[in-house]
Amino acid sequence: MNPAAFYPTATDYLRFLPELILTIGGVLLLVLEALTGDNKDKSSLGYLAIAVVLGAMFAVPVALANPGTSFNGMIVSDGFAAFFRMVTLLVGLFTLLCSTSYLSREKANTGEFYLLVLFSLAGQGIMAASNELIMVFLGLEIASISSYVLAGFLRDDKRGSEAALKYFLLGSFATAFLLYGISWIYGVTGATNLVAIRESLAAGTSGNSMAVAAAALMLIGLAFKVSAAPFQAWAPDVYQGAPAPVSGFLSAGPKAAAFAIFLRIFQTSFESFSSRYEPVLWILALATMLVGNFSALWQSNVKRMLAYSSIAHAGYVLVAVTTNSNVGTAAAMFYLAAYALMNFGAFAAVTHLAGRGESHVTIDDLKGLASKQPVVAGLLTVCLLSLTGVPLTAGFFGKFYIFKAAIDNHLYWLSALGLLNSAIAAYYYLRILAAMYMHEPKTTDHPEPVPGGIQLTMWFSAAGILTLGVFPGLVLDYANRFATFVK
Amino acid sequence: MLEGYLPLFVFLVLCIAFPLAALLVGKALRPSVFAPAKLESYECGIEAVGGARGRYSVRFYLVAILFVIFDVETVFLFPWAVRYKQLGWFGVAEALVFLGILVVGYVWAYKKGALEWV
Amino acid sequence: MTHLLPPEFFTATVPLNAYLILSAILFAIGACGFMFRKNIITIYMCIELMLNAVNLSFVTFSYQFGKVDGQIYSFFVMVVAAAEAAVGLAIILTIFRNRGTLQIDEIDTLKN
Repeated sequence: MNPAAFYPTATDYLRFLPELILTIGGVLLLVLEALTGDNKDKSSLGYLAIAVVLGAMFAVPVALANPGTSFNGMIVSDGFAAFFRMVTLLVGLFTLLCSTSYLSREKANTGEFYLLVLFSLAGQGIMAASNELIMVFLGLEIASISSYVLAGFLRDDKRGSEAALKYFLLGSFATAFLLYGISWIYGVTGATNLVAIRESLAAGTSGNSMAVAAAALMLIGLAFKVSAAPFQAWAPDVYQGAPAPVSGFLSAGPKAAAFAIFLRIFQTSFESFSSRYEPVLWILALATMLVGNFSALWQSNVKRMLAYSSIAHAGYVLVAVTTNSNVGTAAAMFYLAAYALMNFGAFAAVTHLAGRGESHVTIDDLKGLASKQPVVAGLLTVCLLSLTGVPLTAGFFGKFYIFKAAIDNHLYWLSALGLLNSAIAAYYYLRILAAMYMHEPKTTDHPEPVPGGIQLTMWFSAAGILTLGVFPGLVLDYANRFATFVK
Repeated sequence: MLEGYLPLFVFLVLCIAFPLAALLVGKALRPSVFAPAKLESYECGIEAVGGARGRYSVRFYLVAILFVIFDVETVFLFPWAVRYKQLGWFGVAEALVFLGILVVGYVWAYKKGALEWV
Repeated sequence: MTHLLPPEFFTATVPLNAYLILSAILFAIGACGFMFRKNIITIYMCIELMLNAVNLSFVTFSYQFGKVDGQIYSFFVMVVAAAEAAVGLAIILTIFRNRGTLQIDEIDTLKN
């Protein structure tokens, strides 16, 4: 074939612009980090990283304005990709806003943190926009390898390095499963492009049981990444041990991107045997909700509790995935956006309240917060109420749309059990609220001022939660419009 | 067809039988006298110094890690080399971008002192 | 020149299935090793074994289709595995520095 046919066009690059900006920005930061001395203040690199993320956010509509595939069908720019790019970039922005003060507090303010966040975001963007299994793998690995380092960024912290180790070992284990599935799909269909796989499976009579086995292997890999039970064991340890802003990042960003490829692969390529994996997803969703919620009940460490709650929320999104419908996809998109806001808001509060060395992370440490720091307590309350699913918050509409989609698709038992689960979940969120509002403060020392970045993040997420709680259509209409995939 | 493999089978049997026989005959013939010197590790007749399980400097790991990265990345240059003529200047530009990113990583490692032996 | 062995020994090709079965066995050994071994370095080597099993199956399928894309995919897998190895070894080093052990069951600070 004429090699000129492979050359990317300018439009190809425009469709890939957000990741391009993130990568160039990250490499630039690497140079700047190397050239500035070791003892200099590196906060300015953090501001530069924020500028890069904002630039990438502005590039998302540019990519959306040029819909279609680029680089010979490897990357696709559609509304679905743009949505998840935006969600992950928002999470990245929050992370950067929270981490400058955090890193100074922990005396680890080096520029590598910021560029690793940028590289991880680039990987997540590739995941959201990938139209090809090898791109899925590469995006996943770019996102994961950077986050392994981020999880263990505080090198001398015992908990952090343990979290990094567990994240690394289980993450690469999961990737190996995903990859083995990809190789078998390649062997059965001769293709790695999602649409080509779909066509080959729909037309093919041979090897469909092999394809199901390959899909099962990929399902295991993806279930690890979205922390679905029984593959959730890494999540609590990692979120508890990693630095608080990184925990927030990991629980919202890579998870949303993993769900994006989950939805895209299973609804594009493997739709022809959806009836065979639906029961598996059903069980997976229920088990994830149960494990997450019941384990969260006993936790005294707030970070660990939020980790289990994030497992439970992955279960709710899996309910939406189980429906295997456009309504379900839209509900999952809405939920993941709402979840990013409310979960990161909660982690931002924890980042501030944990104090130096993250020594105050138990529920007891939150006692009397309402009288000591009423603003922080109020904003955290909004996030927790949204996580519970109280009306007028984004979390309520997220759950509402998911269970509505489930009922529309005749998943009555799953919806009933899911609703029961969210009732259980209320208990452990209320425990935090009770500690904040109904107890006297343990100590009378003067609270430290909230750093500007964390304040901004918390205000923004609380505002977002309430806005989506009152006007859910702002995001839902978009999600509904773009919940279909190019087939 | 299988008869053709008979020599191979005979060879295999001989291979197993010979060392077994040598060991057994040796065990039957040699006198068994214990001496503490027999338990020492043998280093070409020179007296052994230190334990065999000594640790290597952590610096070796750092060099090994950097080597693994920069060594394996060059695998991407092979496909380019195979299609060098057809890809023309586009291929050169792409390879330069790729190498440029690697050089940035190298500069970073150099500036951080990862290549110094302290 | 006469050979000790029959001529088909040198001309017969190994069926492709054999490679795929070998790759499945390697993958299974890696997965079992991951779950049952205790030393972190060994566990990490098991993951590498799994990735190389994937490479083997990619290359086999690629040969079967008479296309090269599968071989290129195995390049990607190799490079990603190298990057992972670098990050992984660095993490393992920090673990060893912080705790002085590489036994996976002794690394249990984080729990309920």
